[in-house]
Amino acid sequence: MLYREAGQFKTSYAADMAVFPIRQDRIALWLLLAFVFIGIPLLANFQIWPFGSEYLLRAILVPFLILSLAAIGLNILTGYCGQLSLGSGAFMAIGAYCAYKFGTGVNIPLFGLALSIPPLPVLPSILLGGLMAAIGGILFGIPSLRIKGLYLAVATLAAQFFFDWVFARVQWFTNYTSSGSVNAPQLEFFGLFVNTPIERYMLCLIFVVVFAMLAKNLVRGNLGRQWMAIRDMDIAAELIGIRPLYAKLMAFAISSFIIGVAGALWAFVYLGSWEPLAFSIDRSFQLLFMVIIGGLGSILGSFLGAAFILVLPILLDQVPHALGIPVSVETVSLLVFIVTGALICWLLIVEPHGFARLWATAKEKLRLWPYPY
Amino acid sequence: MILLGQILEVLISGLLSGVLYSLVALGFVLIYKASGVFNFAQGAMVLLAGLALVRSLDFVAAQGFPMWTAIILGLTFAAAVMTLSAYVIERFVLGPLVNQDGLTLFMSTIGVTFVLEGLAQMVFGAEIYPLKLFPTDAWFLAESIFPGGILLNKLDVWGGLIAGVLVAGLAVFFQRTKTGRALRAVADDHSAAQSVGIPISWIWFVVWLVAGLVALVAATVWGTKLGVQFSITFLALKALPVLIIGGFTSVPGAIIGGLIIGAGEKLAEVYLGPFMGGGIEYWFGYVLALVVLMFRPQGLFGERIIERV
Amino acid sequence: MRAPAASDIAAGEAILSVKNVSLAFGGVKAINDVSFDIKKGEIRAIIGPNGAGKTSMLNVINGFYHPQHGQITFKGRTRQAMRPYEAARGGIARTFQNVALFKGMSALDNIMAGRTLKMRRGFLWQMLRIGPALTEEIAHRRRVEEIIDFLEIQAIRKIQVARLPYGLQKRVELGRALAMEPDLLLLDEPMAGMNLEEKEDMSRFIIDVNDHYGTTIALIEHDMGVVMDLSDRVVVLDHGVKIADGTPDEVKSNQAVIDAYLGVAH
Repeated sequence: MLYREAGQFKTSYAADMAVFPIRQDRIALWLLLAFVFIGIPLLANFQIWPFGSEYLLRAILVPFLILSLAAIGLNILTGYCGQLSLGSGAFMAIGAYCAYKFGTGVNIPLFGLALSIPPLPVLPSILLGGLMAAIGGILFGIPSLRIKGLYLAVATLAAQFFFDWVFARVQWFTNYTSSGSVNAPQLEFFGLFVNTPIERYMLCLIFVVVFAMLAKNLVRGNLGRQWMAIRDMDIAAELIGIRPLYAKLMAFAISSFIIGVAGALWAFVYLGSWEPLAFSIDRSFQLLFMVIIGGLGSILGSFLGAAFILVLPILLDQVPHALGIPVSVETVSLLVFIVTGALICWLLIVEPHGFARLWATAKEKLRLWPYPY
Repeated sequence: MILLGQILEVLISGLLSGVLYSLVALGFVLIYKASGVFNFAQGAMVLLAGLALVRSLDFVAAQGFPMWTAIILGLTFAAAVMTLSAYVIERFVLGPLVNQDGLTLFMSTIGVTFVLEGLAQMVFGAEIYPLKLFPTDAWFLAESIFPGGILLNKLDVWGGLIAGVLVAGLAVFFQRTKTGRALRAVADDHSAAQSVGIPISWIWFVVWLVAGLVALVAATVWGTKLGVQFSITFLALKALPVLIIGGFTSVPGAIIGGLIIGAGEKLAEVYLGPFMGGGIEYWFGYVLALVVLMFRPQGLFGERIIERV
Repeated sequence: MRAPAASDIAAGEAILSVKNVSLAFGGVKAINDVSFDIKKGEIRAIIGPNGAGKTSMLNVINGFYHPQHGQITFKGRTRQAMRPYEAARGGIARTFQNVALFKGMSALDNIMAGRTLKMRRGFLWQMLRIGPALTEEIAHRRRVEEIIDFLEIQAIRKIQVARLPYGLQKRVELGRALAMEPDLLLLDEPMAGMNLEEKEDMSRFIIDVNDHYGTTIALIEHDMGVVMDLSDRVVVLDHGVKIADGTPDEVKSNQAVIDAYLGVAH
């Protein structure tokens, strides 16, 4: 009976346009934010289970946050603007390697004239990494003006393979290290050092919350409506005055920027040292699955999908263990394949909008409970 | 003369390996023509067919049966596996998704890909299994003209022959049989086809079955070349630029696209690669396809689409 | 290079004129040397049997098809080909024969999307959604709510349009076109597939739009009763050729029109 909106009247359009027009939802959101910003650090500080364990922070929460961010980026392009991308891994890689270059100093030899930028602090490096990814996104998004759907998916695949090759073969990007693997610079933000798992967690949390808010504002504003219009019926969109050129390239740019920043965080904060393999096509598919499972065209869905894809292998590993069934590591990885694939098919058949829509439906039911209508 | 011989050798080996890409691309074209589904799982189907073939063949051979019996039994078993998978895919995934838009169908086949890859390896094993169905040694041609001759891999020639037979067979199947005619009708408009009494789910099952058998054929050639192993699924990705260049609906396009990509990437690797740090055949096909798309969005052989509102 | 505002053209003068337009797809001639004009403030009907080239004509007017011959003059400016979004910017709005709404969006968002051209704030402002961006969003929401009131679709504004019945979808689509505040509104069979009551509602909206906002309207319709009641002037196409042009009464008694509809052997 707690979840009722009777008596909550909206007196302005601003109130009606709020992300959470129902008061209970707003309270829940504030509680959640308080918990993740204050509660978790406190619990971790006092070593209270489960947040006392470094494993949870380092191996689950940090990658969850970063991949959620990347999934938001992909969702803007694929879920909102309807442009299927199989190259998100490449844009994460651009973000990571360019952030690395800016963080360690850029030196471009140009026929005697050398263009040099001294090493930049970490924050501008990460953002510039995102900017480079945005430029890459625009370049590989240009074909989307002439080609659609599956043909475009192949164009993004071209980006994936091309940048795989670039970062594996062009040693300039790895500062000519012999192994091809590179190390992130010391993470320092305005004099604060980020080292421990809880500090890394807080850093990612801030990035994710800020970007999620900005993304949410974008998709419910004019640009977001243009994207969805292009997605749902591009011809009609053009006839009401939407310029496909602008709307699509903005989608590519903003999506790639967010994915690039996520890539830089993935490299700097989660991995610490990495090789091109960290951003292979497998990563692209992983992100695509997060978006499909979580919900195409939903910011919330990006979080749900990321959580699911990350938790699934852990569950498939732990549950048989707990039941006393011995399962080899290899079997687990194959099981992950099967379950993820089957879930994708099942969701596309029964609920093409993923977990986010299931969640919305559940809320709607709760609102009317105990009456069916 | 040496240079010319070299170029010819590179070109011919490129063309022949292009034919092998076409073998995979053909499976895509078949399904796309008949159901509008862009089947990402074609590579996984090649893996499944290859694993079923090589594992059953090895098993039968290990029981002491002669090799030809083992091959026949292995092929039969693999064909049965492909029939079963065609049925399951049609019945449980694409059947329920009828009338959805192309992207949804495409994403569902990505899901199918993962299920097939996981299941195939779980049931048949996840190692590299060598397969020897065709000779793999080389011929040296025209030694009198070019010093050292032109090296030609027998397997590639076999691949070319098989692709030719396959295309001819498919053409007959599509044009001359009742099922083939029904298939073309379904491809044109499936609800109209349904309304004149064509059993649509049966037709789609047949399409997936034919694509599965094409995958089996591709698996025999590729398995002999690389051994049957997981990385064979990346062939599906290699076949994508072939489709872009040839168009999604054209059987000859798939062959010619394969030839262009095969020859293009080999020539690029040998003559441009050294200036760019090598390994460019990894992406060359895709970028070539992208350039083609910029000038002809419907591919070289696709039909121009008139948009209507 | 702003197009002259419609107010520069006095009522009764031609806001749009089509001169000797021909359009062919391959060998098929969809439109053959057709000329007519639309006067500011009038309701102009385009009728004809199936395949007469009516929808192609609308597509030519708003820049979706590019005719091989002929000229289009809109608000005093002559052009041969333009991108559809340029036509939209010039003040031409349009609805479609088979509803072309954005299926995944709510009715409200569909109509809001029609305001795209009127919204000025860049994406950085939209991202922050404070100050001018928020003010702008609210101002446009207010305009859209007026249209929602006008079309009497308040109850469905937050519902995804794919879940709406056909008649309401048609109304939302009209709303989206109105949100563009067009000078010329093209309606492609606004009443197709409607029952009598829905047709009456839609007729009322069309007349109101024409009266209240002074919007010039060109419409394609098969229901002759509706056409004769609504329109000021009618142009008749058959097999891509103009066979008659005039007031409803003139057209009704035109022998060529009767032949085209009843199918006399040519």
